[in-house]
Formats: sequence, C-alpha cells, structure tokens
Amino acid sequence: MIDLLIGAIKAILIIFLALNLAAILLWFERKGSALIQDRVGANRANITGFGKRLGLPNVGFVNTLMADPLKLFTKEDFVPQDADKFIHALGPFLALFPVLITFAVVPFGNEIRIAGRTINLQAAPINAAALYILATIGIGVYGVALGGWASNNRWALLGAIRATAQMISYEIAMGLAIIAVVVTYGTLDLQAICHAQGGVWFGWLPRWGVFVQPLSFILLLTAGMAESKRVPFDLPESESELIAGYYLEYSGGKQAAFMLTDFAEIVLVSALAVTFFFGGWQIPWLAANGFHLPGGAFIAVNPLVVSIFGIIAFFVKVVIFCWIQILVRWTLPRFRYDQLMKLGWKGLVPLGLANLLVTALVVVLTQGTV
Amino acid sequence: MVPLPYMMALSAIVFVIGVAGFITRRNILIMFMSVELMLNAVNLAFIGLASRLGTMDGQVIVFFVMTVAAAEAAVGLAIIISVFRNRETVRADELNLLKW
Amino acid sequence: MPMGLFWFLAVVTVIASLGVILQRNPVHCLLSLVVTLLAIAVIFIGEDAVVVGFLQAIVYAGAIMVLFLFVIWLLNIGADTGPSGHLALKFFGGVAAAALIAELLIFLLPPHLKVKFAGHSATYGSIESLARTLFSQYIVAFEITSILLLIAIVGAVALARRGPGSQLAKSASGSAPAERVL
Repeated sequence: MIDLLIGAIKAILIIFLALNLAAILLWFERKGSALIQDRVGANRANITGFGKRLGLPNVGFVNTLMADPLKLFTKEDFVPQDADKFIHALGPFLALFPVLITFAVVPFGNEIRIAGRTINLQAAPINAAALYILATIGIGVYGVALGGWASNNRWALLGAIRATAQMISYEIAMGLAIIAVVVTYGTLDLQAICHAQGGVWFGWLPRWGVFVQPLSFILLLTAGMAESKRVPFDLPESESELIAGYYLEYSGGKQAAFMLTDFAEIVLVSALAVTFFFGGWQIPWLAANGFHLPGGAFIAVNPLVVSIFGIIAFFVKVVIFCWIQILVRWTLPRFRYDQLMKLGWKGLVPLGLANLLVTALVVVLTQGTV
Repeated sequence: MVPLPYMMALSAIVFVIGVAGFITRRNILIMFMSVELMLNAVNLAFIGLASRLGTMDGQVIVFFVMTVAAAEAAVGLAIIISVFRNRETVRADELNLLKW
Repeated sequence: MPMGLFWFLAVVTVIASLGVILQRNPVHCLLSLVVTLLAIAVIFIGEDAVVVGFLQAIVYAGAIMVLFLFVIWLLNIGADTGPSGHLALKFFGGVAAAALIAELLIFLLPPHLKVKFAGHSATYGSIESLARTLFSQYIVAFEITSILLLIAIVGAVALARRGPGSQLAKSASGSAPAERVL
C-alpha cells in the first residue's frame, strides 16, 4: 500500500515538474528568441503597476505565464461545421497524453534512502523502458493525424498528412539512435544506463554516453526536434503558410493542449538526450559517498545530499538542452518538405544503421567492456 | 496468473467478432481490419499458452505473425488502392466482374 | 496480472472490437482497432511477454494502423452510405458467428484443452531470451521474414504506382480538385 502511495507521489511529481517546465519554456522561448533577434520581447503586461513601482524591469512573466494561458483557456471553444465532434475533441488529448506518460520512465535521480526504505527516483521502473519510449512516441502520431482530419478543412488535413509522414519517418531515426545506445550499454533500463555513466576514464573524463556515441547523440537530437515538429522541421505547422496546419481549427483550451504538447516534447527530447548521453542525474566525479576529484582529493558528502544534487543536476542539464533547441529554432530557416523527407530517409536512417553496425561490431570485439 | 479458460475465451470471442465483421461488412478496408482482429486474437492465444508452458516459442511465433501481418497489410492496401483507381469503389459487392 | 485488471482489459478489448465491426465511419473503426490493439498489448505485458507487448504497440498500433489511416485519407472514404448488404447476409453471418463461438468455446476450454503447466524464470519474456530463441532456433525463419518484408515493400510500391495512361490523367481535367486529397 505504501509502495503504491510512493509511486503515485513520484508520478504526480514528475508530471507536475514536466508541465511546469513546459510552461516556463514558453517564457524562455519568448525572451530567448527576443535576445537572439536583438529585440525586447513581451514586456508590457503587469498587475496594477506593481513591479514598476518597485523599480523592477518587466521581464514578461505576467505576459507569458499569466495573461497568455488565461487568454487561451477563456476563449470560445468552437467545433467547425460538419466536423466530427468526438474526434475533434479527442485530438488534442491524444497528442498530449503520450508525451506526458513518457516522462514516467525518465530517471530524475538516484535512489533515496528514507526511513530504511530505498526509493528509486523513476516513476515507473520498467525493464524495457527504451521500448516503452518508442511505443509512446508512436502513439503520439494519432493526435496530430486525427486533429487535422477532424477539422473538416483541407489545409488542416494537408498539415496533418505532412505531420504524420514526417513523424513516422523520424521515429525510425530516433529508434535507431536509441537502439545504438542500448547495444552499447547492454540494457533497456534507463536507470541502469544512468548508473553505467558514473565513473571516469583516464582518471578525469566522466563516462558520459556522448563520448561513446557522438553520432547517436546528434541523430537523437535531430530526430527529436523533427518529431516535435519544431523549426527547422515545422512545415506541418508552417506559421506563414498553413497558418497553423493541423491545429488550425482549434481554439481555446484545445489549442493550448497542442501548444503544450510542443513544449512538453521539447522537455522530453532534452530529458532523453540527457539520460542517454549526458549521464542523466550523474554529476562528474560525484559518487554516492562524495566527490572523488581527479588528483586524488576526496570530499565526503551525505548520500541524501548527493541524491538531491543529482535531481538538481538533471534539471539543470534538461534546461540547457531546452535552450539549445530554442537556439536552433531561432537560427535555422525552415526545410522544404522534400528536403525534410530526404534528410530523414536518405540521411539519418543510413547514418543510424551504419552507426548501429559499427557499435555492434565494437561491442562484440571488446566483449562489452566499454 | 489469469486462469487459462478466460484467456482462451477472450481470444475466441475476438476471433469470432473478426469473422462476423469480415462476413457482414462490405467495405474492403473494414474487412481488412477484421482480418487484423483475427490475427490479434490468435496472437493472444499464442501468448497465453506460451506463458503457461514456460517456453519462448509462442512469443517468437507472435513476433513472426506481427511481421507477416505488416507485410500483408502493406501489399493488401496497395492492392486496394489500385482497385480503387480502376473501379472507383471500395465496396466488395461492386467488384463483380468475375461473376457469371 | 491481477484479475481485476484482466477483466477491465478484456471488457475494453471486446467492446472495442465490436466497435470495429459495427461503426459506420472507417476512421471510427480504425480508432476502435487501435484501442483493441493497445489493450491486447497491455494483456501481453501482463502475461510476462514484455518485449512482444511493446513491439505490438510500436509496430501494430503505431505503424500499421497509420498506414491504414493514410489509405483511408488517400481514397477519401467517407461513412458508409447506401445499402449495407442483404438482410440474409447479416442473418447468416450472425448464425455462422454464433456457431463458431459455440464450437470454439467447447474446444478451447477444459476438459478438451489439456495444457501441461510449467513455471517460467524471471528472465522469461525479456529481450535476451527472445533474442536467444529467435536467433538460434528460428534463424532461418527470421532471414526469410526479412526477405518477405523486402518483397512486400517492393510489391506495394509497384502496385500503388500510377501508370502513365492511368485514371489520373483523365480525371484531372474532369473532377473537382476537392474530391481527392492526393
């Protein structure tokens, strides 16, 4: 019974953190893009001039974190004429749900020992977690497809078709990247992969996955950005051509759900990149009992404090990768659709297969001692 | 473990629903989906029995059934597309050129 | 797997499969089939066939059904209008189904079904044991299946191509562009 409660608390906590990070990312994106484009961004809305009276600069928190969501959730929610009402309502939730449940297998810390009980800081410790991730990403295609189709609008349908074809193409590249990592570490369990990234090579280099599988890292990041239909892969949404593509006929809370999917998927791709390639919650040179610095120094740290440092390190790394994705978005122009498909099928898939072949050869020849 | 009769009964029910759908519906795509239902019912029986016999053979067979179903779906849908292009219909009743 | 969970999944599976065969709109049938496939995948996972269950969700529900969806869009198939088949067809279909279920339920339940129960180890259904069996005992079938997939891909592309003198050239001038999506 107490195990169920602990599991529920972990699940609620990780969903809460992921959703909040997705909402904060909205602000991050607005101000970050303003920084990149040498402008100020949203800085007007305030509540009774409170911040201005105190002399604080307006960084746009009220704009992005209060006014925007309030506007989205209080707008009229209409269903187009002759549209399929049930599927129109189902679309946004079919898009958002798979992204959120994927967070259940992401390990956000090492284990915590409280009152004689060891709690694994992963909401759902599944043995085949990497397969679970691929399965939920596959289900996420339906929200987009049905949302666009149910709008009874041929441009929304066009956006939905483009989005679906793009998503299933880049799922393969993502799957190949994940499988290469799985072959390297010999396990499908994400917490075990994070554990295997502790320790050092040559006395000073942390054993992070990116040093063993650099190509896989680039593949995962690219395919992840294409899965979440971010620029440069955002032709399904193309804000200047199809207006909003597959979520054209949605307004109010349902559009908010689609937007939230976008940002939640940014957080998800960052979390996956951090877990597979950057040690997850591992801090370099920090083992369970303290810092083992190169050069021989040892600083003892309480194991509970080590776990908490791990959680903080995980979130800092995720935020860094979210920033990298925002940077890429506001730097690169959009790909044309045939360029996008060519990159997916003729570029990333052969690279992923070659990478997998070389990885498998190396693992067999060195008998798995990475 | 779930008692075996329940698993086999579920498999049989889904299979018969697939058969009924295949016989009564006239839209080719829905007939195709009924075939997929039948294949899944059989997969369910294989997994249930393999789990109770303790061997991995049933799971390997299910793996192959899934793969072959994917191949069959691809080819079958391509055939449906060509038939549609020539006859402009997806109702099985109207594909009656070979009837005498 | 707890019995309550199995009952829930069994009820979802049966209702969703009834939804596949009874609904008018093909997209609704497809959604019901996706629900059926996912429920069956969860039953697989509950029966300790973890990898096969996830593969069912990835391959069947995630890829094959999207292929079906694409074909429904391509052919612009709407809800079933028009006569829905002879009454005799439905009646005899129902009778045949009833006969089949009765026969299956006689032969698939004890005492006709005799199964020698054996336990299984903790690594049953894991990817190692599946891979071990697949690549040692069933390696020939594995290789033949990969060739089969290649043949299927080539065949599907060849069958679905538009030839030069096809209907498309004739219909491009005649029908309105809104009738076909692609």
